[in-house]
Amino acid sequence: MRVTCPWCGERDRREFTVQGDETALRRPHRDAPPEDWHAYIHLRDNPAGRLREMWYHDPCGTWIVVERDTVTHAVHGTTPAREAAR
Amino acid sequence: MRYSGFRVLAEGLRGNRGWTRAWRDPAPKDRYDTIIIGGGGHGLSTAYYLARNHGITDVAVLEKGYLGGGNVGRNTTIVRANYFLPGNSEFYSHSLKLWEGLEAELNYNVMHSQRGLINLFHSDSQRDAFVRRGNAMAAQGDDAILLDREGVRQLLPYLDFDNARFPIHGGLFHPRGGTARHDAVAWGYARAADRRGVDLIQNCEVTGIDIEGGRVVGVQTTRGAIRARRVGIVVAGRSSQVAAMAGLRLPIESHVLQAFVTEGLKPVIHHVISFGMGHFYISQSDKGGLVFGGDLDFYASYAARGNLPMVEHVMEAGMTLMPMIGRARVLRSWGGIMDMSPDGSPIIDRTPIEGLYLNCGWNYGGFKAVPASGWCMAHLMATGQPHEVAARYRLDRFATGRGLMDEEGTGAQHSLH
Ligand SMILES: Cc1cc2nc3c(=O)[nH]c(=O)nc-3n(C[C@H](O)[C@H](O)[C@H](O)COP(=O)(O)OP(=O)(O)OC[C@H]3O[C@@H](n4cnc5c(N)ncnc54)[C@H](O)[C@@H]3O)c2cc1C
Ligand SMILES: [Zn+2]
Repeated sequence: MRVTCPWCGERDRREFTVQGDETALRRPHRDAPPEDWHAYIHLRDNPAGRLREMWYHDPCGTWIVVERDTVTHAVHGTTPAREAAR
Repeated sequence: MRYSGFRVLAEGLRGNRGWTRAWRDPAPKDRYDTIIIGGGGHGLSTAYYLARNHGITDVAVLEKGYLGGGNVGRNTTIVRANYFLPGNSEFYSHSLKLWEGLEAELNYNVMHSQRGLINLFHSDSQRDAFVRRGNAMAAQGDDAILLDREGVRQLLPYLDFDNARFPIHGGLFHPRGGTARHDAVAWGYARAADRRGVDLIQNCEVTGIDIEGGRVVGVQTTRGAIRARRVGIVVAGRSSQVAAMAGLRLPIESHVLQAFVTEGLKPVIHHVISFGMGHFYISQSDKGGLVFGGDLDFYASYAARGNLPMVEHVMEAGMTLMPMIGRARVLRSWGGIMDMSPDGSPIIDRTPIEGLYLNCGWNYGGFKAVPASGWCMAHLMATGQPHEVAARYRLDRFATGRGLMDEEGTGAQHSLH
């Protein structure tokens, strides 16, 4: 797999750390009910197909949202997490 | 047909023309008492024990591909009972005891070989952790022997004991640990379940779960609708998709785990060796191939194949541990879809839907669990109550935070196991 870092261009998978589902961008408010926190931490759609997930590019220190197909491993687009979170 | 040594001999003399098929290939009926979705190890063992322990034989196993085409035929076949935490400890202990009588029970040679498993350690603190684990195993009634460096050297003289980063200080020896022939386990349970009247239906994908008034009433499949009053979801890596058919969202991520096998060699590795610090483990199959693997690729995947960085990592770890392995040629590598739970432990439980049961979250360790998982899932589905050795495998432990079983101690979150 090769992934395009918005700043550094197309790079080898070895340069990245994968955190998984982009749920990290949807952190509940601290007063949210426990069910919301449970869903945030544990529950996943876990699709067989396109998934948006958090990748960290180690050399430049950027969090990236990668849209990737979990069946073919094809990468369909990357956005800096800062923009995706807006 | 009963299998026996005599039968093999007699058939050999008669040109092997007398063998009959191992199980029937029935068309699905339009109604069963109980449906099991998934014809992997766990689905087949569940069906078998429903019939054997509870007399429930009006059962269909629905498999979208062929029996044993999933993880049960893709794993590295290690069978062990060296867990530490209450919940896991009694469950895997029960499973190993079932393994020890499995061949006679199923009338099938699953090639269960208790060749002994050695977990290596490389520091004083790691040794202390293994002493504690060994004591927990002994307290559970299983076997554990602490080996010092010389003890390991006697069993495994070919390891690199003086590696600068991970010098070998000793190992925890689990003599009853070992391997089994993975396909044979699926086939053995399939044949034994069929002989008790269970219908094994292949090429039958479940595409919907029918629910009326909060109760499961049947399933939709590529071979038509089938009604049932009890349905078990036992689909490992596909758990999220099938549970979604019942409107459930699970605490599961599906990841890829790779494995490798070399060309056949003369017997050289007589045990199962686990090198946790390097993420590497190995055994030698009866055909002579060195079977080994490592860690997850660490991204979600349904591809049943991995990427090169993990291949390199596993090869490097193998070379670190036993430089002699560099002379062997790798024949094949493959991947399987792992149903990863946040705490690394499984789920065998009811669901909020009456009559619908869930068995998943096996991570990378569900092969050894096949007998006990089927035993306990059958108990749950037949009686409505969890079996005592699986009572902690609750689905709600993530929502409540009570009873999490994080065996590795890395934290009960996805991406940490
Ligand atoms: C490389 C690798 C190494 C491993 N090593 C070990 C090991 O050494 N020791 C160990 O204990 N465990 C190991 N495991 C883990 C173990 O193989 C799995 O945890 C276990 O096999 C999963 O349970 P199963 O056998 O029921 O799964 P599977 O065999 O995957 O069965 C699930 C079945 O469900 C079917 N299915 C899915 N969706 C549907 C549908 N909609 N309708 C009908 N059928 C459906 C699938 O086709 C499949 O046949 C390893 C796994 C891998 C991949
Ligand atoms: Zn970058």
